[in-house]
Amino acid sequence: MTPGSGGAGLQGGGAAASNGVVIDCKLDQVYYGTFLAVRDSHVQIEKGKITGFIGPSGCGKSTVLRSLNRMNDLIRGFRLEGHVHFRGQDVYNRKVDPVAVRRYIGMVFQQPNPFAMSIFDNVAFGLRLNRFKGAIAERVEQALKRAALWDEVKDKLKNSGLSLSGGQQQRLCIARAVATEPSVLLMDEPCSALDPIATRRIEELMLELKKNYTIAIVTHNMQQAQRVADVTAFFGVDISKGNRTGYLVESGETKQIFESPREQLTKEYVSGQFS
Amino acid sequence: MSDRGLPAAMGPEAGVRLGRSFFERRALRSLLLTIGAWVAAILAAVPLVSVLYMLIVRGGSRLSWEIFVALPPAGFEMGGGFGNAIVGTIVVITIAGLISIPVGVLAAVYLAELGPDTRLAQATRVAAKTLTGLPSILAGVFAYAVVVLTTGTYSAPAGGVALAVLMLPTVILTAEEAIKAVPRITRDAAYGMGCTRSQVILKVLLPTGMPGVITGVMLAVARAAGETAPLLFTALFSSYWLFGEGQLHLLQPTATLAVLIYNFSGMPFDNQLELAWAASLVLVLMVLVINVISRLVGQRRA
Repeated sequence: MTPGSGGAGLQGGGAAASNGVVIDCKLDQVYYGTFLAVRDSHVQIEKGKITGFIGPSGCGKSTVLRSLNRMNDLIRGFRLEGHVHFRGQDVYNRKVDPVAVRRYIGMVFQQPNPFAMSIFDNVAFGLRLNRFKGAIAERVEQALKRAALWDEVKDKLKNSGLSLSGGQQQRLCIARAVATEPSVLLMDEPCSALDPIATRRIEELMLELKKNYTIAIVTHNMQQAQRVADVTAFFGVDISKGNRTGYLVESGETKQIFESPREQLTKEYVSGQFS
Repeated sequence: MSDRGLPAAMGPEAGVRLGRSFFERRALRSLLLTIGAWVAAILAAVPLVSVLYMLIVRGGSRLSWEIFVALPPAGFEMGGGFGNAIVGTIVVITIAGLISIPVGVLAAVYLAELGPDTRLAQATRVAAKTLTGLPSILAGVFAYAVVVLTTGTYSAPAGGVALAVLMLPTVILTAEEAIKAVPRITRDAAYGMGCTRSQVILKVLLPTGMPGVITGVMLAVARAAGETAPLLFTALFSSYWLFGEGQLHLLQPTATLAVLIYNFSGMPFDNQLELAWAASLVLVLMVLVINVISRLVGQRRA
């Protein structure tokens, strides 16, 4: 599944691949108000790979993902100590515009959320936002093809995006996200609202998309992580201080995480002893 | 385990009976509730339908081309119409809308999205809720003091301001609800695409909430169109056209349908009484037409 990976011993491949790191995310502490949601988590997203975030509910994997493109700024009381370096620049630097960050780091959400407008307009949305001067129709077609949706919608581009089925809506959201050619695509449990067949299609799509984009995906489905992720980060919940604080337990090649985890906790989780 | 408490039909020995049984208690209760709902619905429709019926019967007989183009008759004159009052109503409502819709919708954007928990927002909300119950004549008093006294004349803009004051709270509160009702995930999608705050508002929140906003605006327009009291000493009345010599003269007393109905319905002349009925019908039809148009416009999106 992971071409050229040398097996379990190579999880330190971070050093070799460090020039391929697109996002270096070191979260010392993340708060929502006074609630410590995530601590001590250092995750690296490598170029052209799919990085999976797994872990039990409330382990902060979504918080970490949403920290990468500053979506958490929209949540009141959010505060972050640490850094998120995107191609060497700290996205939490005061001078950085979160809006600009989100244009480089696109996002697909848990619930399909097309806008209440036509299929075409949904995909063209980001292009128009960025005052794209080229042939919009071509780009829309290309994006829909990349999202494996073109054949199903090419005759009804004027229909509302909301008229599609759940799986189609999610692929529409993916098309909308890739239309503006972001360098990273964040996916927050993109299949949890979908049936197995639609899930399968999205997974195939992710493997296809990673040729062009770097992907980070949150999933609570371990089989999914094994099927699509090259690198897996496992998060746990620390309830010792009366809080439910998430933290990174370990990360590495997916194969290594699932077959020879270093941490006992990881081993118990991936073998299904708790969830 | 005993099956005590289970209805007989679900007991172990009972045969399978799938037919309807009218005399079972829950079937009866269901029937009663259905009848009750029907009766309530009919009762609610009675005033509406009877008013419409009266309007059509008494006003419809007088509908003709003449009433749309002629000026109101004086005293014992026969014939005549209320063309100037139709124009006046449209002008006054337009002015009221031009003031209250932009201000109201922008205020709603502030309340719903920009600063929902600020003191200013809380104060505005309380003020708007209080103002919805404002006796409409007070809106007239306000416009009289602010516009009539400063311009020195009764006029359509004065009437427009009075109606705008009445419309504003409805527009603000309904538009706020409509914008708030746009789902969180849609907002996320917009921010996730790299929208600035103003782009989120203009390209996503307002278009998505548009049907709700339009409904609120329509409620406000419909209410304002029928208001008489605030116009009595702002727009006043006139038996002449608003325009003359090819120009619109806004700063003069202006006829409106509502005030015409009020004036004519108190007169001892049959001709005027008939015209008052016809004017009522025309006013209702105007509100209906605006309503249908706005609904169509609202539906075309999404």
